[in-house]
Amino acid sequence: MTNDKPTWKEYPMAATIHHPGSATGQNTGDWRSERPVRDDSKCDKCGICWIFCPDAALFMDEDGFYEVDLFHCKGCGICARECGKGAITMVEEGE
Amino acid sequence: MGKRIGLEVSLAVSEAVKMARVDAVAAYPITPQTHIVEELSQMVADGDLDADFIMVESEHSAMSACCGTSAVGARTFTATAAQGLALMHEILFIASGLRLPIVMAIANRALSAPISIWGDHSDVMAERDTGWIQFFAETGQEAFDLTIQAFKIAEDKRVLTPAAVNLDGFTLSHVIEPFDMPDQEEVDAFLPTFEPQVILDPDNPVTMGPVGFPEIYTEIKKQQNEALLGAHEVILEVWEEFEKAFGRAYRPVESYRTDGAEVLISIAGSTAGTARVAVDNMREAGKKVGLIRTRLWRPYPFEETRAAVKGAKAVAVIDRCLSFGGPGGPICSELRSALYPLPEKPVVNSYIAGLGGRDITLQDFYTVVEDTYRVLEEGPTDEYKMIGVRE
Repeated sequence: MTNDKPTWKEYPMAATIHHPGSATGQNTGDWRSERPVRDDSKCDKCGICWIFCPDAALFMDEDGFYEVDLFHCKGCGICARECGKGAITMVEEGE
Repeated sequence: MGKRIGLEVSLAVSEAVKMARVDAVAAYPITPQTHIVEELSQMVADGDLDADFIMVESEHSAMSACCGTSAVGARTFTATAAQGLALMHEILFIASGLRLPIVMAIANRALSAPISIWGDHSDVMAERDTGWIQFFAETGQEAFDLTIQAFKIAEDKRVLTPAAVNLDGFTLSHVIEPFDMPDQEEVDAFLPTFEPQVILDPDNPVTMGPVGFPEIYTEIKKQQNEALLGAHEVILEVWEEFEKAFGRAYRPVESYRTDGAEVLISIAGSTAGTARVAVDNMREAGKKVGLIRTRLWRPYPFEETRAAVKGAKAVAVIDRCLSFGGPGGPICSELRSALYPLPEKPVVNSYIAGLGGRDITLQDFYTVVEDTYRVLEEGPTDEYKMIGVRE
């Protein structure tokens, strides 16, 4: 098979990654079928969504709200389930 | 120059590890390997060996800890046997897959059940395909030498693959033998400091062992296999250098009285000593019998094996391991595969003997050779035969 992908000789030994954090460049957001949408009137900025997010796809904005990084968010819905205020709703992509 | 001393073989292996200036040992005691790591533990406790001795709760943890110490660039050793080796199983693949040049001594012992603490090769044969370089020692001196050589071979930047030195449990590990013990300076001159290519270092972080998606897994396995196959050339180089430095010659396959031999006995490990006496006796009785001994098991020495059996009418391969429901002994299977492409090849018979510490006697060798002559005349009758079993 010929293609432009690296040959076995061209990969680093044992597939070691020499520039850690390379996963940040992976668009895992395109796996998502639902995205979290926050209702600011219910959110009290407690940060429980940020604590529970397994992919570190939430970050605090300058107003103290936790914004979703949609490039990495896989839409698992854990943030919506854990939110004590019911401030996060999962909305189907495309709606 | 060094000195000639008498020493228990296990303790000589520990001495080799000490002379190799190992940085880390992680091990869990198991018969008949215990004396090796017990002695290393003592050396560290006494301050005679500047290494970290990591006590762990199992062999699974021992090999895992070894992967960790090797990954930070420490020269690493462990030893085990039988169930302990079996418990390491999944981590053995990780050591070789991560290309960590760990050296391990295996004091070969039968696997349970029934429980047996005695010797055979079923433990290492179950780990045959884990990607480790594998040697079989016949004598204590060889176990000592191979241990030192193994570090040099495994750590060579063309290889970077873990290596196991097999020595028969009890019949080799627990006997006292004479040793030509080198001076530390001689070992230092032969074995340089480990210079790892990539290490885990907080200041220069890397990720070892990431997920290998289908897109790259095959390429990474090819890389690993090429390194193991390439180890063959490095092993020959290291043995040549060793011979120059210490005067002892090492070859992948050892031959004894094979000139003009009709029937060759093939064996691995310490039983070769008895086999040589059997060959001498049969030669004296006019039988054209010789011996070949497998020292290098992985990477398999195809060319050397073909050359070693050239001209023989038959090879009687004695395995101390039964491949249940398979074609006989593992060494026999490999030998048959190596010879299969040849237009002219000897008859190859598989015999299973010496399981669970049962002695392989002179009479067993005579029986095997007699049966091989019978097969030469009458043709094969069995896939393999178990020798010495009570019917």
